[in-house]
Amino acid sequence: MLNQYPLWKNLLILGVLLVGAFFALPNVFGEDPAVQVSLSRGAPVEVDLKARLGEILSVAGITAKATEQGESRLLLRFTDTETQLRAADLLREKLGGDYVVALNLAPAMPGWLAQLGPRPMYLGLDLRGGVHFLMEVDMAAAVSQAEARYTGDLRTLMRSEKLRYKSISLQRGSGIKLSFRSAAVRDQARSVAQREYPALLFESQDDGAEFRLRAYLNPTAVEEVRRFALQQNITTLRNRVNELGVAEPVIQQQGQTRIVVQLPGVQDTVRAKEIIGATATLEFRMVDEDHDVQSAQTGRVPPGAKLFRERNGRPILLKKQVMLTGDYITDAASGFEQQTGTPAVFITLDSKGARIFSNRTKNAIGKSMGVVFIENKIETRRVNGKLVRQKRIIAEVINVAVIRDRLGKRFQISGLDSSTEARDLALLLRAGALAAPIEIIEERTIGPSLGQENIDLGFRSVIIGFCLVLAFMALYYRGFGMVANLALAVNLVMIVAVLSMLQATLTLPGIAGIVLTVGMAVDANVLIFERIREELANGNSPQASIHAGYEKAFSTIADANITTLIAAVVLFGFGTGPVKGFAITLSIGILTSMFTALMGTRAVINLVYGGKQARALPL
Amino acid sequence: MRLLAKLPHFDFMGRRRFALIFSGVLLVLSLGALGARGLSLGIDFTGGTLIELGYPESVELAGLRKTLEADGFPGAVVQHFGTTREVLIRIAPREGLSKAELSSRVVRGLEALSGGALDLRRVEFVGPQVGEELTEDGGLAMLIALFGILIYVGLRFEYRFALGAVAALAHDVILTLGLFSILGLDFDLTVLAAVLAVIGYSLNDTIVVYDRVRENFRKLRKGEAVEIVNVSLNQTLARTLTTSLTTLLVLLALFFIGGELIHGFATALIAGVVVGTYSSIYVASTAVLALGISKTDLMPVKKEDGEEVDARP
Repeated sequence: MLNQYPLWKNLLILGVLLVGAFFALPNVFGEDPAVQVSLSRGAPVEVDLKARLGEILSVAGITAKATEQGESRLLLRFTDTETQLRAADLLREKLGGDYVVALNLAPAMPGWLAQLGPRPMYLGLDLRGGVHFLMEVDMAAAVSQAEARYTGDLRTLMRSEKLRYKSISLQRGSGIKLSFRSAAVRDQARSVAQREYPALLFESQDDGAEFRLRAYLNPTAVEEVRRFALQQNITTLRNRVNELGVAEPVIQQQGQTRIVVQLPGVQDTVRAKEIIGATATLEFRMVDEDHDVQSAQTGRVPPGAKLFRERNGRPILLKKQVMLTGDYITDAASGFEQQTGTPAVFITLDSKGARIFSNRTKNAIGKSMGVVFIENKIETRRVNGKLVRQKRIIAEVINVAVIRDRLGKRFQISGLDSSTEARDLALLLRAGALAAPIEIIEERTIGPSLGQENIDLGFRSVIIGFCLVLAFMALYYRGFGMVANLALAVNLVMIVAVLSMLQATLTLPGIAGIVLTVGMAVDANVLIFERIREELANGNSPQASIHAGYEKAFSTIADANITTLIAAVVLFGFGTGPVKGFAITLSIGILTSMFTALMGTRAVINLVYGGKQARALPL
Repeated sequence: MRLLAKLPHFDFMGRRRFALIFSGVLLVLSLGALGARGLSLGIDFTGGTLIELGYPESVELAGLRKTLEADGFPGAVVQHFGTTREVLIRIAPREGLSKAELSSRVVRGLEALSGGALDLRRVEFVGPQVGEELTEDGGLAMLIALFGILIYVGLRFEYRFALGAVAALAHDVILTLGLFSILGLDFDLTVLAAVLAVIGYSLNDTIVVYDRVRENFRKLRKGEAVEIVNVSLNQTLARTLTTSLTTLLVLLALFFIGGELIHGFATALIAGVVVGTYSSIYVASTAVLALGISKTDLMPVKKEDGEEVDARP
């Protein structure tokens, strides 16, 4: 008997091999340290920026290896990390705040390959360096904030409906408590309030002397509040991360209350944390129209005024007196003005805020008012040998509008250019006024030097482990061992190809998973070869032994691999970051090794030994 | 080249009483250590802050400790990590001291002390709630993995094999954990991953042996159960040793050059592979015999036309 694969099987194996090699190829070329320049508002970069950057760099004696113009970014490649860092520092200084200058790693594959679309493996933060935060939004506080707004509103409602109450107070964590002197008033209050505020649920409680009503948000409203709280925080985090200058930030919801922030390649991780941990507030101030902005810029700020900047960097002079702070805002939503159909932002104030605002704006009709967005950052520094926590405040005018009417409980900001702008403004207003507290509950930071070290060590242990196994197999199984070695090499290429294709994150434990797979992948071949040896020892012919060896080992290999796969899948399901990385490479390795060790080696052995009546096998 | 003579004839099962005592002693020691000392859990599970710093030259720990104490971290554990130029600082979670900003304060403080020549290599902060979750999830993962395997082996073989496999796995996990407890090695998330990989590996070994036992029960018409298990163990011994060897080779590569971060991971796997190889021979097989497996349990169900029902394609 002869051992031969049909042509289609050989072609299939060859096909898989070629596809694998194609997807693994981008990893061969490595990555260039690069600097990415984009406009901070996400607008397309101008055409002459390329020349401008080249000029800035050439003055300092830095040359970029290549410059690539993207749609909304310009990518400068450098030969080494040192030049990259120098260039980034220089560009940050010269370009100013309108541009985001971020460090990046750009795949260094040749142009024709990049055109075809494959991408190299995505390195995890523990390999490229960077910051990973897990943040939790304090949902109890968010709900409590919402109920606090209703507390004021309920008081106003009771007064306007002439319903006398003993007290109305917010009970943190258990809604709003209203108490009345009689059951009749209480019941009337309940029906009025229920009609006015459908988002609230009411519960009557009696206690001899007092007739109580407990109000709390209904489940739909709570859900809404939680969703908003998360969305606002994600928006705010995006804004702040933009300021940091990170090439490929990840800001993602995780579960119902958590946000993952990943900032690859951040150098000063302490600063990153301080910027991310900032809190924001809002202020409404009148524009100072009596004085000149130009002269104020030269240092002569008139008394009673303060110099601010708008988002686009233009200076603007606002009055020192604050009309209203963001604390009184209960809602800000974007939409369209009914009459004109232009984009607008609708703002709702609580009753106290409405009273204050209405008083202060009655004499300001026709004048301009600015909205100031203020970020409070806390920085830790050592001053005279003591640790000092300093507050740094960054204020920015996010909108200027003319007051058309006396402003009350509900008003709108119109005259916005686009619905995107309206949405951004609404989100910023909410972020400043309504943000639920957020806390970092997990941090994993890897400095750039350790990241590089991890890559080097990981790579080296893969190579050395791989070579040790190759040597052992060649010695132990001779010719057949070499076939297994070929399969092992192909297996390594396939793992890299699948990781690149899926763009799964490669982490240090992931590399450990690859190393382990290398050790375990030969197991299938060991099983087969030992079986063939047994068959030969039993006096069977070489061809029959090859056939029986593969046949009999198959179910054992399948069982053994499936059970290991169960463990790997469970790991994936339960693990976080680093453990997941291990589970991914282990699972991929098990699957690809089944293919290479069973089909791959069989094809080669069939080709080399299967066609002729071999007398002895090199085994 | 061969590790063994053509077909070895070791009487493994004849020494199973001795192996039972040996395993028993190791299990008692491991459980005792786990009970008395517990595991030295890393911050992944306990919560807390860990900071790794790199200095351009050797650094004295005493100075760092003094600064940390002055900055308000009296309980900080400071030690060299790998070389004398690298320092690892651990701050246990404490009431009001379990915030992420804490590490910023530490780093800024030490930066000033060393005049800025400081390389922040790694910061890990795990809040108490996250630590609790990870501990819970880790334990749950281990149980689910064992349960899933129990079901799969039960379906593919027979319930006695499933119980035997799980007994061997529990044995391996307990001994590996025991080793970490006795040596006082740090038990973190990567070590947990390694322990789960040990489950996978050890099982791999056990399955191979069981597969052969099943095959031999069907093939060899005569012979006691003990004898059949013995023959199966001898037949698979070359493979068991060869695979353990290749796996150990790569693990040793990881252990010696994989770097500090992967050290615990490699240690756990090396221990697990050694123990797993032993247990697939002694624990798994002994358990199946003790549960009273017999030939009739494994005879394939005959169909009416007399054809064997076999899982093999």
